[in-house]
Amino acid sequence: MLTVNAIRKTFNPGTPNEVRALQGVTLTIPTASFVVVIGTNGSGKSTLLNALAGTFLVDNGSIVVDGTDVTRWPEHRRASLIGRVFQNPFSGTAPNMTIAENLVLAARRGQSRGLGWALKRTARQEMRDRISRLRLGLEDRLDNAIGSLSGGQRQALTLLMASWLRPTLLLLDEHTAALDPRSADHVIRLSEEIISRDKLTALMVTHSMQQASNLGDRLIMMHRGAILHDFTGAEKRRLRPADLLARFESVRRAELLDEPAAEMLRRTYA
Amino acid sequence: MTLLIGALTIGLILSLLALGVFISFRVFEFPDITADGSITLGAAVAAVLLVHHVHPVVATLAAACAGGIAGTLTGVIHTRFGINKLLSGILVMTALYSTNLHVMGKSNVPLLDVRSLATLAEGAFTSATGAATLYIFDWNVAVRDAATLIAAFGATALVGIALYLFFRTNLGTAMQASGDNPQMIRALGVSVENMIVLGLALSNALIALSGALLAQYQGFADVQMGIGMVVWGLASIIIGEALVGVRQLGFIIAGAVMGSVLFRLLVAIALRAGLDPNDLKLVTAVFVFCALILPGFLKRLTGPRPATR
Repeated sequence: MLTVNAIRKTFNPGTPNEVRALQGVTLTIPTASFVVVIGTNGSGKSTLLNALAGTFLVDNGSIVVDGTDVTRWPEHRRASLIGRVFQNPFSGTAPNMTIAENLVLAARRGQSRGLGWALKRTARQEMRDRISRLRLGLEDRLDNAIGSLSGGQRQALTLLMASWLRPTLLLLDEHTAALDPRSADHVIRLSEEIISRDKLTALMVTHSMQQASNLGDRLIMMHRGAILHDFTGAEKRRLRPADLLARFESVRRAELLDEPAAEMLRRTYA
Repeated sequence: MTLLIGALTIGLILSLLALGVFISFRVFEFPDITADGSITLGAAVAAVLLVHHVHPVVATLAAACAGGIAGTLTGVIHTRFGINKLLSGILVMTALYSTNLHVMGKSNVPLLDVRSLATLAEGAFTSATGAATLYIFDWNVAVRDAATLIAAFGATALVGIALYLFFRTNLGTAMQASGDNPQMIRALGVSVENMIVLGLALSNALIALSGALLAQYQGFADVQMGIGMVVWGLASIIIGEALVGVRQLGFIIAGAVMGSVLFRLLVAIALRAGLDPNDLKLVTAVFVFCALILPGFLKRLTGPRPATR
């Protein structure tokens, strides 16, 4: 269960580069819910995920994960609750270390790391079992460096690492945007499998209207740092890519009006 | 022969410096100039304690701890106060110059007639073999030289293996990953800042240990002895990487040791051949410069290869 209460974030406040990235986002996500987040460029969807992960601390509001207030926690501390997959396939794995070493690092996500032996022989069988579920043939390449893998393989591996220990919250930030269509399909299918098998609470940002309509049990559309639409249940299931595109089109048309005019129209017709 | 043994011994002792520089430069890509100060700090602390009749082992360990504190300072200045990596090192190095003078009380502490690891090694060797001089391939070798060489080898092997084992632990792999991909390891719950501080502490502890051994071998500690040491360490690593040519941890560590020894041998040969000792640091700097640009230069010569991804 994730509770986000009126979080705000302004980057570079008081300068010409001021960006009000999050303007009061409030959101409650029940346990085992798979939420898809869409929005125009600069709408704040990735910023929202980064705020949850703790990449930066929010200016106002609170973030509560499973009853624990993590609002002031630094990023590495939140990792005990949160698993992440980044947009850039190179971000989620250590390229000069082997597959096995990367998995071992993930197997201690959020736990203390002492002088215990990292790569235990007994752990290798579990690694082989779990990595074979990725259906990429990587189970025989445990001792290869990550740097020798393709972007799709790395992203699948990052997904496995993020979910190696069951995360309370899984954050997927456009994690297929940088992949070729086949790899993207595969990674999406793996994501769906892992989320439904482990009954994970997940937030996924995507640019693909196809993914947005096919996946998840809830869809959030963001605009200008706030939540514009929130579809759940039957309404979410009925949504087709065309409906979403129409929503975007209406947003775009509203954009053409300047702020005061839009405000006036809202007051008149609301 | 004495020259050869001397070069080997110094090479082995300074390979601990190379291992320290390996942690900062290669694991964290942190150009840590603290090394120039912490190697002297190690020598100074060890020398002063030895003069005050502290047991050599205790004095040497205390020197390593002092180096660890210096590295911690650099790490904290960089991570907690957001000061540029290079500048953090320069600040601590500069402060260490005065600190070292204070520790020693003067600019040079001689270690004549003082019990040190060198005399301990010599004593152990004599009581074990019962010989005062020995012959290797007809060369007459002083027992002291042979004993210190063996001791230096033992110390280096011990530290090298310990370092290798450390990088196989949970903490060690997390440290490696902090240098390899900070974003990833942060998302897995490791404070990259703490890892940098710990890594620099470890690095400078090794470097100070190297300084402590060097002082005991050469029989004095001098406030100037650290100048340019970082570049020497880097030169050793570069030679070592060229020697082993593999990116595996165990090989890199062994390579750094071999590189350090080879580098000292080259220096000894160059000095023997008539190189002005004053030019040594200039030649070293030019060598490191060439070694750094050579890989890129060779790649351009062999022609642009198609992108792998």
